Amino acid sequence: MNRQRRVENIALTCITLLAGIIWIFPLYWAFVTSIRSEDRVVSEAAGLFPDEFNISSYVDALFNTSLIDWYINSIGTSLIITLVVLVTGMMCAYALSQMEFPGRRLLYGIVLASFMVPAQALVVPQFVLMNDLGLINRWGGIILPQLVVPVVIIVYKQFFDAVPKEMKEAVVLDGGGDYTLLFRVYLPLNWGITTALGIITFIMSWNAFLWPFLVITTEDMMTIPVGITQVNDAFGVAYARIMSVALLAAAPVVIAYLIFQKKVTEAVMISSGVKG
Amino acid sequence: MAMIRNKARHRLVAVSLILPFVAIFALVFAYPVIEVVRMSFTDAPLIGGGEWIGLGNYIRLFSDKLFYTSVVNNGYFVLLTVIPTTVIALAIALAVNRLSGRMQALVLVMFFTPYVLPVSVVTQIWAWMLDFQFGILQPVIEFFTGKPVPVFKNPHWVMPTVATVTIWWTNGFNVLLFLAGLRNIPSELYEAAALDGATRRQLFWRITWPLLWPVTALVLTLQLILQLKIFDQIYLLSEGGPFNSSYVLLLMVYREAFQLNHGGYAAAISLVLFLLIVVISVLQFQILRIGGKGK
Repeated sequence: MNRQRRVENIALTCITLLAGIIWIFPLYWAFVTSIRSEDRVVSEAAGLFPDEFNISSYVDALFNTSLIDWYINSIGTSLIITLVVLVTGMMCAYALSQMEFPGRRLLYGIVLASFMVPAQALVVPQFVLMNDLGLINRWGGIILPQLVVPVVIIVYKQFFDAVPKEMKEAVVLDGGGDYTLLFRVYLPLNWGITTALGIITFIMSWNAFLWPFLVITTEDMMTIPVGITQVNDAFGVAYARIMSVALLAAAPVVIAYLIFQKKVTEAVMISSGVKG
Repeated sequence: MAMIRNKARHRLVAVSLILPFVAIFALVFAYPVIEVVRMSFTDAPLIGGGEWIGLGNYIRLFSDKLFYTSVVNNGYFVLLTVIPTTVIALAIALAVNRLSGRMQALVLVMFFTPYVLPVSVVTQIWAWMLDFQFGILQPVIEFFTGKPVPVFKNPHWVMPTVATVTIWWTNGFNVLLFLAGLRNIPSELYEAAALDGATRRQLFWRITWPLLWPVTALVLTLQLILQLKIFDQIYLLSEGGPFNSSYVLLLMVYREAFQLNHGGYAAAISLVLFLLIVVISVLQFQILRIGGKGK
Protein backbone atom coordinates (compact mmCIF):
# COMPACT_ATOMS: atom_id res chain seq x y z
CA MET A 1 0.00 0.00 0.00
CA ASN A 2 2.67 2.43 1.06
CA ARG A 3 4.84 1.52 -1.85
CA GLN A 4 1.98 1.86 -4.27
CA ARG A 5 1.31 5.37 -2.95
CA ARG A 6 4.93 6.32 -3.50
CA VAL A 7 4.91 5.12 -7.11
CA GLU A 8 1.67 6.99 -7.64
CA ASN A 9 3.19 10.15 -6.21
CA ILE A 10 6.24 10.00 -8.46
CA ALA A 11 4.04 9.35 -11.49
CA LEU A 12 1.81 12.31 -10.62
CA THR A 13 4.81 14.60 -10.22
CA CYS A 14 6.16 13.52 -13.61
CA ILE A 15 2.82 14.13 -15.30
CA THR A 16 2.56 17.58 -13.68
CA LEU A 17 6.05 18.50 -14.82
CA LEU A 18 5.34 17.26 -18.35
CA ALA A 19 2.10 19.28 -18.47
CA GLY A 20 4.05 22.34 -17.31
CA ILE A 21 6.62 21.86 -20.06
CA ILE A 22 3.88 21.56 -22.69
CA TRP A 23 2.19 24.67 -21.25
CA ILE A 24 5.33 26.79 -21.50
CA PHE A 25 6.31 25.35 -24.90
CA PRO A 26 4.88 28.24 -26.99
CA LEU A 27 7.24 30.66 -25.21
CA TYR A 28 10.17 28.32 -25.69
CA TRP A 29 9.30 27.96 -29.35
CA ALA A 30 9.06 31.73 -29.78
CA PHE A 31 12.55 31.99 -28.33
CA VAL A 32 14.00 29.25 -30.56
CA THR A 33 12.44 30.93 -33.59
CA SER A 34 13.76 34.35 -32.61
CA ILE A 35 17.42 33.25 -32.59
CA ARG A 36 17.25 31.65 -36.04
CA SER A 37 17.76 33.30 -39.39
CA GLU A 38 14.60 33.83 -41.46
CA ASP A 39 15.70 31.13 -43.90
CA ARG A 40 16.31 28.63 -41.15
CA VAL A 41 12.90 29.34 -39.56
CA VAL A 42 11.02 28.12 -42.62
CA SER A 43 13.43 25.37 -43.64
CA GLU A 44 12.42 21.71 -43.47
CA ALA A 45 15.59 20.85 -41.57
CA ALA A 46 14.87 23.06 -38.55
CA GLY A 47 14.28 20.92 -35.47
CA LEU A 48 12.81 21.46 -32.03
CA PHE A 49 16.07 22.51 -30.43
CA PRO A 50 18.11 25.69 -30.82
CA ASP A 51 20.63 25.05 -33.60
CA GLU A 52 21.65 28.61 -34.36
CA PHE A 53 22.41 31.69 -32.36
CA ASN A 54 21.57 34.54 -34.64
CA ILE A 55 20.66 37.81 -32.96
CA SER A 56 20.26 39.79 -36.16
CA SER A 57 16.47 39.81 -35.84
CA TYR A 58 16.79 41.35 -32.35
CA VAL A 59 19.08 44.03 -33.72
CA ASP A 60 16.57 44.61 -36.49
CA ALA A 61 13.72 44.82 -34.00
CA LEU A 62 15.50 47.35 -31.82
CA PHE A 63 16.75 49.63 -34.59
CA ASN A 64 14.28 49.29 -37.46
CA THR A 65 11.05 49.60 -35.49
CA SER A 66 9.83 52.21 -33.00
CA LEU A 67 10.21 49.70 -30.18
CA ILE A 68 12.20 52.15 -28.03
CA ASP A 69 9.42 54.76 -28.33
CA TRP A 70 6.83 52.12 -27.39
CA TYR A 71 8.87 51.15 -24.32
CA ILE A 72 9.06 54.76 -23.19
CA ASN A 73 5.32 55.28 -23.74
CA SER A 74 4.41 52.06 -21.92
CA ILE A 75 6.72 52.64 -18.96
CA GLY A 76 5.72 56.30 -18.63
CA THR A 77 1.97 55.82 -18.84
CA SER A 78 1.92 52.65 -16.69
CA LEU A 79 3.98 54.29 -13.93
CA ILE A 80 1.79 57.40 -13.86
CA ILE A 81 -1.40 55.30 -13.87
CA THR A 82 -0.13 53.11 -11.02
CA LEU A 83 0.97 56.07 -8.90
CA VAL A 84 -2.25 58.07 -9.36
CA VAL A 85 -4.49 55.04 -8.84
CA LEU A 86 -2.72 54.13 -5.60
CA VAL A 87 -2.62 57.66 -4.12
CA THR A 88 -6.19 58.66 -5.01
CA GLY A 89 -7.42 55.20 -4.02
CA MET A 90 -5.80 55.16 -0.58
CA MET A 91 -6.97 58.69 0.22
CA CYS A 92 -10.54 57.94 -0.76
CA ALA A 93 -10.48 54.59 1.05
CA TYR A 94 -9.14 56.21 4.22
CA ALA A 95 -11.96 58.75 4.26
CA LEU A 96 -14.52 56.01 3.61
CA SER A 97 -13.07 53.81 6.33
CA GLN A 98 -12.15 56.25 9.13
CA MET A 99 -14.12 59.47 8.70
CA GLU A 100 -17.68 60.67 9.01
CA PHE A 101 -19.09 62.87 6.28
CA PRO A 102 -22.42 63.24 4.50
CA GLY A 103 -22.70 60.99 1.44
CA ARG A 104 -20.18 58.44 2.70
CA ARG A 105 -22.47 55.46 2.21
CA LEU A 106 -23.60 56.76 -1.17
CA LEU A 107 -20.00 57.16 -2.34
CA TYR A 108 -19.08 53.64 -1.27
CA GLY A 109 -22.21 52.32 -2.99
CA ILE A 110 -21.17 54.06 -6.21
CA VAL A 111 -17.66 52.61 -5.96
CA LEU A 112 -19.09 49.11 -5.52
CA ALA A 113 -21.59 49.58 -8.35
CA SER A 114 -18.95 50.89 -10.77
CA PHE A 115 -17.19 47.57 -10.27
CA MET A 116 -20.04 46.09 -12.34
CA VAL A 117 -19.71 48.46 -15.30
CA PRO A 118 -17.40 47.03 -17.97
CA ALA A 119 -14.97 49.76 -19.05
CA GLN A 120 -15.26 48.46 -22.62
CA ALA A 121 -18.88 49.62 -22.76
CA LEU A 122 -17.71 53.22 -22.28
CA VAL A 123 -15.12 53.49 -25.05
CA VAL A 124 -17.35 55.47 -27.41
CA PRO A 125 -18.17 58.39 -25.06
CA GLN A 126 -14.66 58.25 -23.58
CA PHE A 127 -13.19 58.66 -27.04
CA VAL A 128 -15.46 61.64 -27.71
CA LEU A 129 -14.40 63.14 -24.36
CA MET A 130 -10.69 62.68 -25.08
CA ASN A 131 -11.23 64.28 -28.46
CA ASP A 132 -12.94 67.29 -26.84
CA LEU A 133 -10.03 67.59 -24.41
CA GLY A 134 -7.52 67.38 -27.27
CA LEU A 135 -5.92 64.25 -25.80
CA ILE A 136 -6.06 61.92 -28.81
CA ASN A 137 -2.54 60.65 -29.52
CA ARG A 138 -1.26 61.92 -26.18
CA TRP A 139 -0.17 60.26 -22.96
CA GLY A 140 -3.04 62.02 -21.18
CA GLY A 141 -5.49 60.26 -23.48
CA ILE A 142 -4.00 56.86 -22.70
CA ILE A 143 -3.85 57.55 -18.96
CA LEU A 144 -7.09 59.30 -17.96
CA PRO A 145 -9.70 56.55 -18.58
CA GLN A 146 -7.46 53.98 -16.89
CA LEU A 147 -7.39 55.90 -13.61
CA VAL A 148 -10.66 54.51 -12.26
CA VAL A 149 -9.88 51.18 -10.57
CA PRO A 150 -12.61 50.65 -7.93
CA VAL A 151 -11.10 47.42 -6.64
CA VAL A 152 -8.14 49.38 -5.23
CA ILE A 153 -10.49 51.40 -3.01
CA ILE A 154 -12.43 48.30 -1.97
CA VAL A 155 -9.26 46.41 -0.94
CA TYR A 156 -7.68 49.41 0.83
CA LYS A 157 -10.90 50.05 2.74
CA GLN A 158 -11.03 46.45 3.96
CA PHE A 159 -7.46 46.67 5.25
CA PHE A 160 -7.94 50.11 6.83
CA ASP A 161 -11.10 48.86 8.58
CA ALA A 162 -9.01 46.14 10.20
CA VAL A 163 -6.43 48.50 11.76
CA PRO A 164 -6.91 48.50 15.59
CA LYS A 165 -8.41 51.72 16.98
CA GLU A 166 -5.67 52.05 19.64
CA MET A 167 -3.11 52.88 16.95
CA LYS A 168 -5.27 55.83 15.99
CA GLU A 169 -5.84 57.18 19.52
CA ALA A 170 -2.12 57.55 20.26
CA VAL A 171 -1.60 59.79 17.23
CA VAL A 172 -4.77 61.81 17.89
CA LEU A 173 -3.62 62.48 21.50
CA ASP A 174 -0.36 63.85 20.09
CA GLY A 175 -2.45 66.28 18.04
CA GLY A 176 -2.00 64.52 14.69
CA GLY A 177 -4.65 65.07 12.01
CA ASP A 178 -6.08 62.66 9.48
CA TYR A 179 -3.33 63.24 6.91
CA THR A 180 -0.72 62.34 9.55
CA LEU A 181 -2.76 59.26 10.44
CA LEU A 182 -3.04 58.13 6.82
CA PHE A 183 0.58 58.65 5.81
CA ARG A 184 2.29 57.84 9.14
CA VAL A 185 0.10 55.02 10.47
CA TYR A 186 -2.36 53.46 8.05
CA LEU A 187 -0.10 53.48 5.02
CA PRO A 188 3.08 52.09 6.69
CA LEU A 189 0.98 49.38 8.35
CA ASN A 190 -0.23 48.31 4.92
CA TRP A 191 2.88 48.47 2.73
CA GLY A 192 2.28 44.86 1.72
CA ILE A 193 -1.11 45.67 0.29
CA THR A 194 0.25 48.78 -1.45
CA THR A 195 2.92 46.78 -3.28
CA ALA A 196 0.39 44.09 -4.16
CA LEU A 197 -2.10 46.60 -5.60
CA GLY A 198 0.73 48.46 -7.31
CA ILE A 199 1.96 45.33 -9.08
CA ILE A 200 -1.53 44.38 -10.26
CA THR A 201 -2.31 47.89 -11.50
CA PHE A 202 1.02 48.12 -13.31
CA ILE A 203 0.59 44.76 -15.07
CA MET A 204 -2.98 45.69 -16.04
CA SER A 205 -2.02 49.03 -17.55
CA TRP A 206 1.14 47.66 -19.20
CA ASN A 207 -0.97 45.01 -20.93
CA ALA A 208 -4.01 47.19 -21.74
CA PHE A 209 -4.85 46.82 -25.41
CA LEU A 210 -8.30 48.06 -26.47
CA TRP A 211 -8.17 51.60 -25.07
CA PRO A 212 -4.60 52.55 -26.13
CA PHE A 213 -5.38 50.98 -29.51
CA LEU A 214 -8.37 53.32 -29.95
CA VAL A 215 -6.88 56.54 -28.62
CA ILE A 216 -3.49 56.33 -30.39
CA THR A 217 -3.15 56.40 -34.16
CA THR A 218 0.41 57.61 -34.73
CA GLU A 219 3.14 54.99 -34.48
CA ASP A 220 5.54 56.90 -32.23
CA MET A 221 2.85 57.39 -29.54
CA MET A 222 1.80 53.73 -29.29
CA THR A 223 2.31 51.55 -26.25
CA ILE A 224 4.07 48.17 -26.48
CA PRO A 225 0.98 45.93 -26.91
CA VAL A 226 -0.42 48.14 -29.68
CA GLY A 227 2.88 48.96 -31.35
CA ILE A 228 4.05 45.41 -31.90
CA THR A 229 0.96 44.65 -34.00
CA GLN A 230 2.39 47.11 -36.54
CA VAL A 231 5.46 44.92 -37.07
CA ASN A 232 3.48 42.34 -39.07
CA ASP A 233 2.43 44.94 -41.58
CA ALA A 234 5.91 46.39 -41.83
CA PHE A 235 7.79 43.12 -42.25
CA GLY A 236 5.33 40.84 -43.98
CA VAL A 237 5.85 37.23 -42.99
CA ALA A 238 9.18 37.34 -41.18
CA TYR A 239 8.65 35.20 -38.14
CA ALA A 240 12.10 35.46 -36.59
CA ARG A 241 11.72 39.22 -36.43
CA ILE A 242 8.11 39.06 -35.27
CA MET A 243 9.08 36.68 -32.46
CA SER A 244 12.06 38.84 -31.48
CA VAL A 245 9.83 41.88 -31.20
CA ALA A 246 7.21 39.90 -29.25
CA LEU A 247 9.80 38.62 -26.79
CA LEU A 248 11.39 42.03 -26.35
CA ALA A 249 7.91 43.41 -25.70
CA ALA A 250 7.18 40.73 -23.12
CA ALA A 251 10.61 40.84 -21.44
CA PRO A 252 10.01 43.63 -18.88
CA VAL A 253 6.87 42.08 -17.36
CA VAL A 254 8.21 38.54 -17.51
CA ILE A 255 11.50 39.51 -15.84
CA ALA A 256 9.64 41.57 -13.23
CA TYR A 257 7.39 38.59 -12.56
CA LEU A 258 10.32 36.17 -12.22
CA ILE A 259 12.05 38.49 -9.74
CA PHE A 260 8.94 39.24 -7.68
CA GLN A 261 7.21 35.86 -8.12
CA LYS A 262 5.97 35.59 -4.54
CA LYS A 263 4.74 39.18 -4.49
CA VAL A 264 2.89 38.83 -7.79
CA THR A 265 1.22 35.59 -6.72
CA GLU A 266 0.17 37.16 -3.44
CA ALA A 267 -1.03 40.30 -5.24
CA VAL A 268 -3.37 38.29 -7.48
CA MET A 269 -4.77 36.40 -4.50
CA ILE A 270 -5.33 39.52 -2.36
CA SER A 271 -6.86 41.71 -5.07
CA SER A 272 -9.40 39.05 -5.97
CA GLY A 273 -10.40 38.63 -2.35
CA VAL A 274 -9.48 34.95 -1.84
CA LYS A 275 -6.73 35.82 0.63
CA GLY A 276 -6.79 38.44 3.37
CA MET B 1 -18.81 76.58 19.08
CA ALA B 2 -15.41 74.92 18.99
CA MET B 3 -17.10 71.61 18.38
CA ILE B 4 -19.01 72.91 15.38
CA ARG B 5 -15.82 74.36 13.95
CA ASN B 6 -14.09 71.07 14.58
CA LYS B 7 -16.81 69.18 12.77
CA ALA B 8 -16.61 71.53 9.80
CA ARG B 9 -12.86 71.07 9.70
CA HIS B 10 -13.25 67.30 9.86
CA ARG B 11 -15.60 67.41 6.88
CA LEU B 12 -13.27 69.65 4.94
CA VAL B 13 -10.43 67.18 5.45
CA ALA B 14 -12.68 64.31 4.35
CA VAL B 15 -13.67 66.18 1.20
CA SER B 16 -10.05 66.92 0.36
CA LEU B 17 -9.28 63.21 0.69
CA ILE B 18 -12.07 62.00 -1.57
CA LEU B 19 -11.91 64.87 -4.06
CA PRO B 20 -9.08 63.61 -6.34
CA PHE B 21 -10.79 60.27 -6.90
CA VAL B 22 -14.29 61.73 -7.17
CA ALA B 23 -13.16 64.34 -9.71
CA ILE B 24 -11.46 61.77 -11.95
CA PHE B 25 -14.37 59.37 -11.51
CA ALA B 26 -16.92 62.02 -12.48
CA LEU B 27 -14.98 63.05 -15.59
CA VAL B 28 -13.92 59.73 -17.13
CA PHE B 29 -16.53 57.36 -15.72
CA ALA B 30 -19.80 58.91 -14.51
CA TYR B 31 -20.05 61.41 -17.38
CA PRO B 32 -19.36 58.73 -20.06
CA VAL B 33 -22.00 56.49 -18.45
CA ILE B 34 -24.57 59.26 -18.91
CA GLU B 35 -23.24 60.06 -22.37
CA VAL B 36 -23.42 56.47 -23.63
CA VAL B 37 -27.10 56.37 -22.67
CA ARG B 38 -27.82 59.76 -24.28
CA MET B 39 -25.86 58.97 -27.46
CA SER B 40 -27.73 55.70 -27.89
CA PHE B 41 -30.92 57.69 -28.56
CA THR B 42 -29.31 59.85 -31.27
CA ASP B 43 -27.98 59.34 -34.79
CA ALA B 44 -24.67 61.00 -33.83
CA PRO B 45 -21.51 60.16 -35.76
CA LEU B 46 -18.46 59.36 -33.64
CA ILE B 47 -17.43 63.01 -33.38
CA GLY B 48 -20.06 65.73 -33.54
CA GLY B 49 -23.68 66.15 -32.45
CA GLY B 50 -26.67 64.27 -33.77
CA GLU B 51 -30.45 64.35 -33.83
CA TRP B 52 -32.63 62.67 -31.20
CA ILE B 53 -34.15 59.60 -32.84
CA GLY B 54 -35.76 57.94 -29.83
CA LEU B 55 -35.59 54.18 -29.97
CA GLY B 56 -34.38 54.20 -33.58
CA ASN B 57 -31.01 52.61 -32.86
CA TYR B 58 -32.56 49.88 -30.76
CA ILE B 59 -35.19 49.06 -33.39
CA ARG B 60 -32.45 48.88 -35.98
CA LEU B 61 -30.29 46.76 -33.67
CA PHE B 62 -33.00 44.20 -33.02
CA SER B 63 -33.53 43.71 -36.73
CA ASP B 64 -29.81 43.59 -37.49
CA LYS B 65 -28.77 40.04 -38.42
CA LEU B 66 -25.17 40.74 -37.44
CA PHE B 67 -26.33 41.56 -33.91
CA TYR B 68 -27.84 38.08 -33.47
CA THR B 69 -24.76 36.48 -35.02
CA SER B 70 -22.63 38.37 -32.51
CA VAL B 71 -24.78 37.43 -29.52
CA VAL B 72 -24.66 33.76 -30.54
CA ASN B 73 -20.88 33.92 -31.03
CA ASN B 74 -20.44 35.60 -27.64
CA GLY B 75 -22.45 32.78 -26.08
CA TYR B 76 -20.49 30.14 -27.99
CA PHE B 77 -17.21 31.67 -26.82
CA VAL B 78 -18.41 31.66 -23.20
CA LEU B 79 -19.29 27.95 -23.54
CA LEU B 80 -15.88 27.19 -25.01
CA THR B 81 -13.94 29.00 -22.31
CA VAL B 82 -15.65 29.40 -18.92
CA ILE B 83 -16.19 25.82 -17.76
CA PRO B 84 -13.14 24.33 -19.55
CA THR B 85 -10.78 26.90 -18.01
CA THR B 86 -12.29 26.35 -14.56
CA VAL B 87 -11.84 22.58 -14.79
CA ILE B 88 -8.30 22.84 -16.18
CA ALA B 89 -7.29 25.42 -13.58
CA LEU B 90 -8.64 23.28 -10.75
CA ALA B 91 -6.77 20.22 -12.02
CA ILE B 92 -3.54 22.20 -12.32
CA ALA B 93 -3.99 23.76 -8.87
CA LEU B 94 -4.51 20.33 -7.30
CA ALA B 95 -1.40 19.04 -9.06
CA VAL B 96 0.70 22.07 -8.07
CA ASN B 97 -0.58 22.01 -4.48
CA ARG B 98 0.83 18.47 -3.99
CA LEU B 99 4.33 19.66 -4.81
CA SER B 100 6.55 21.59 -2.45
CA GLY B 101 9.54 23.90 -2.38
CA ARG B 102 11.46 24.66 -5.56
CA MET B 103 9.56 22.10 -7.59
CA GLN B 104 6.27 23.83 -6.79
CA ALA B 105 7.71 27.26 -7.61
CA LEU B 106 9.09 26.01 -10.93
CA VAL B 107 5.85 24.37 -12.07
CA LEU B 108 3.82 27.39 -10.99
CA VAL B 109 6.06 29.65 -13.10
CA MET B 110 5.42 27.40 -16.12
CA PHE B 111 1.66 27.72 -15.74
CA PHE B 112 1.44 31.36 -14.66
CA THR B 113 3.92 33.14 -16.97
CA PRO B 114 1.53 33.41 -19.97
CA TYR B 115 -0.82 35.50 -17.81
CA VAL B 116 1.66 38.41 -17.56
CA LEU B 117 2.14 38.62 -21.34
CA PRO B 118 0.50 41.41 -23.36
CA VAL B 119 -2.33 40.03 -25.49
CA SER B 120 -0.64 40.88 -28.79
CA VAL B 121 2.46 38.91 -27.79
CA VAL B 122 0.20 35.92 -27.10
CA THR B 123 -1.62 36.19 -30.42
CA GLN B 124 1.61 36.61 -32.41
CA ILE B 125 3.18 33.52 -30.85
CA TRP B 126 0.06 31.43 -31.57
CA ALA B 127 -0.35 32.82 -35.07
CA TRP B 128 3.19 31.60 -35.73
CA MET B 129 2.63 28.21 -34.13
CA LEU B 130 -0.53 27.73 -36.18
CA ASP B 131 0.80 29.20 -39.42
CA PHE B 132 -0.73 27.27 -42.30
CA GLN B 133 2.60 26.61 -44.04
CA PHE B 134 5.26 26.58 -41.34
CA GLY B 135 3.40 26.34 -38.02
CA ILE B 136 4.78 23.73 -35.65
CA LEU B 137 1.25 22.66 -34.67
CA GLN B 138 0.16 21.92 -38.24
CA PRO B 139 1.70 18.41 -38.21
CA VAL B 140 -0.33 17.75 -35.04
CA ILE B 141 -3.52 18.95 -36.73
CA GLU B 142 -2.62 16.92 -39.81
CA PHE B 143 -2.21 13.84 -37.64
CA PHE B 144 -5.80 14.13 -36.41
CA THR B 145 -7.59 15.46 -39.49
CA GLY B 146 -5.43 14.20 -42.36
CA LYS B 147 -4.56 17.64 -43.67
CA PRO B 148 -3.29 21.00 -42.40
CA VAL B 149 -6.00 23.54 -41.55
CA PRO B 150 -5.79 27.34 -41.92
CA VAL B 151 -7.42 27.62 -38.47
CA PHE B 152 -8.16 31.35 -38.48
CA LYS B 153 -9.67 31.19 -41.97
CA ASN B 154 -11.92 28.22 -41.26
CA PRO B 155 -15.37 29.00 -39.78
CA HIS B 156 -15.45 25.77 -37.72
CA TRP B 157 -11.98 26.06 -36.29
CA VAL B 158 -11.73 29.75 -35.56
CA MET B 159 -13.72 30.02 -32.29
CA PRO B 160 -12.34 26.85 -30.62
CA THR B 161 -8.82 27.99 -31.56
CA VAL B 162 -9.29 31.49 -30.15
CA ALA B 163 -10.79 29.87 -27.03
CA THR B 164 -7.73 27.62 -26.66
CA VAL B 165 -5.39 30.59 -26.99
CA THR B 166 -7.46 32.50 -24.43
CA ILE B 167 -7.38 29.62 -21.94
CA TRP B 168 -3.62 29.28 -22.37
CA TRP B 169 -3.19 32.99 -21.75
CA THR B 170 -5.49 33.58 -18.77
CA ASN B 171 -5.60 30.22 -17.00
CA GLY B 172 -2.73 31.03 -14.61
CA PHE B 173 -4.90 33.58 -12.85
CA ASN B 174 -7.53 30.95 -12.05
CA VAL B 175 -4.86 28.51 -10.92
CA LEU B 176 -3.72 31.06 -8.34
CA LEU B 177 -7.24 31.59 -7.01
CA PHE B 178 -7.73 27.83 -6.61
CA LEU B 179 -4.30 27.49 -4.95
CA ALA B 180 -5.23 30.18 -2.43
CA GLY B 181 -8.49 28.33 -1.80
CA LEU B 182 -6.73 25.00 -1.33
CA ARG B 183 -4.27 26.53 1.13
CA ASN B 184 -7.18 27.80 3.21
CA ILE B 185 -8.47 24.26 3.81
CA PRO B 186 -7.13 23.08 7.19
CA SER B 187 -4.82 20.08 6.74
CA GLU B 188 -6.21 18.42 9.90
CA LEU B 189 -9.35 17.58 7.93
CA TYR B 190 -7.31 15.53 5.47
CA GLU B 191 -5.28 13.90 8.21
CA ALA B 192 -8.38 12.86 10.13
CA ALA B 193 -10.03 11.49 6.99
CA ALA B 194 -6.86 9.65 5.97
CA LEU B 195 -6.75 8.00 9.39
CA ASP B 196 -10.25 6.74 8.71
CA GLY B 197 -8.90 5.18 5.52
CA ALA B 198 -10.43 7.58 2.98
CA THR B 199 -9.27 7.22 -0.62
CA ARG B 200 -7.96 10.10 -2.76
CA ARG B 201 -11.28 10.28 -4.54
CA GLN B 202 -13.24 10.44 -1.30
CA LEU B 203 -10.91 13.13 0.04
CA PHE B 204 -11.58 15.22 -3.05
CA TRP B 205 -15.36 14.89 -3.20
CA ARG B 206 -16.01 14.99 0.58
CA ILE B 207 -13.54 17.68 1.64
CA THR B 208 -11.84 19.59 -1.17
CA TRP B 209 -14.79 20.16 -3.52
CA PRO B 210 -17.35 21.43 -0.96
CA LEU B 211 -14.84 23.62 0.91
CA LEU B 212 -13.50 25.03 -2.36
CA TRP B 213 -16.96 25.88 -3.69
CA PRO B 214 -16.83 29.65 -2.88
CA VAL B 215 -13.61 29.95 -4.91
CA THR B 216 -15.06 27.87 -7.75
CA ALA B 217 -18.09 30.16 -7.83
CA LEU B 218 -15.82 33.21 -7.85
CA VAL B 219 -13.74 31.84 -10.74
CA LEU B 220 -16.86 30.98 -12.75
CA THR B 221 -18.33 34.46 -12.21
CA LEU B 222 -15.12 36.35 -13.02
CA GLN B 223 -14.54 34.23 -16.12
CA LEU B 224 -18.08 34.68 -17.37
CA ILE B 225 -17.84 38.46 -17.16
CA LEU B 226 -14.35 38.49 -18.66
CA GLN B 227 -15.17 36.22 -21.60
CA LEU B 228 -18.35 38.12 -22.49
CA LYS B 229 -16.08 41.11 -23.11
CA ILE B 230 -13.94 39.25 -25.65
CA PHE B 231 -12.40 41.59 -28.21
CA ASP B 232 -8.58 41.72 -28.30
CA GLN B 233 -7.80 38.14 -29.28
CA ILE B 234 -10.50 37.97 -31.93
CA TYR B 235 -9.55 41.30 -33.43
CA LEU B 236 -5.89 40.28 -33.57
CA LEU B 237 -6.35 36.70 -34.78
CA SER B 238 -9.36 36.65 -37.10
CA GLU B 239 -10.91 40.15 -37.20
CA GLY B 240 -14.33 38.56 -36.79
CA GLY B 241 -14.03 36.34 -39.84
CA PRO B 242 -14.30 34.19 -41.80
CA PHE B 243 -17.89 35.01 -42.86
CA ASN B 244 -18.51 36.67 -39.48
CA SER B 245 -18.07 33.31 -37.74
CA SER B 246 -16.08 34.98 -34.95
CA TYR B 247 -17.92 38.32 -34.95
CA VAL B 248 -18.73 39.41 -31.37
CA LEU B 249 -20.52 42.36 -29.75
CA LEU B 250 -17.45 44.45 -28.87
CA LEU B 251 -16.12 43.99 -32.38
CA MET B 252 -19.46 45.32 -33.61
CA VAL B 253 -19.09 48.37 -31.31
CA TYR B 254 -15.61 48.96 -32.70
CA ARG B 255 -16.65 48.61 -36.36
CA GLU B 256 -19.73 50.80 -36.03
CA ALA B 257 -18.04 53.56 -34.02
CA PHE B 258 -14.52 53.71 -35.34
CA GLN B 259 -14.78 52.44 -38.90
CA LEU B 260 -18.33 53.26 -40.01
CA ASN B 261 -18.65 56.45 -37.91
CA HIS B 262 -21.98 55.47 -36.30
CA GLY B 263 -21.43 56.77 -32.74
CA GLY B 264 -25.07 56.58 -31.67
CA TYR B 265 -25.59 53.07 -32.95
CA ALA B 266 -22.35 51.89 -31.34
CA ALA B 267 -23.46 53.44 -28.03
CA ALA B 268 -26.70 51.45 -28.22
CA ILE B 269 -24.76 48.19 -28.79
CA SER B 270 -22.44 49.04 -25.86
CA LEU B 271 -25.42 49.57 -23.61
CA VAL B 272 -27.00 46.26 -24.64
CA LEU B 273 -23.69 44.49 -23.97
CA PHE B 274 -23.50 46.15 -20.55
CA LEU B 275 -27.05 45.11 -19.63
CA LEU B 276 -26.37 41.60 -20.88
CA ILE B 277 -23.32 41.32 -18.62
CA VAL B 278 -25.20 42.64 -15.58
CA VAL B 279 -28.21 40.37 -16.09
CA ILE B 280 -26.17 37.24 -16.78
CA SER B 281 -23.76 37.78 -13.91
CA VAL B 282 -26.58 38.45 -11.42
CA LEU B 283 -28.38 35.33 -12.66
CA GLN B 284 -25.25 33.23 -12.44
CA PHE B 285 -24.46 34.56 -8.98
CA GLN B 286 -27.92 33.49 -7.79
CA ILE B 287 -27.64 30.03 -9.37
CA LEU B 288 -24.19 29.48 -7.88
CA ARG B 289 -25.40 30.58 -4.44
CA ILE B 290 -28.23 28.05 -4.59
CA GLY B 291 -25.72 25.47 -5.84
CA GLY B 292 -23.53 26.27 -2.84
CA LYS B 293 -26.42 25.92 -0.37
CA GLY B 294 -27.29 22.48 -1.68
CA LYS B 295 -23.94 21.23 -0.44
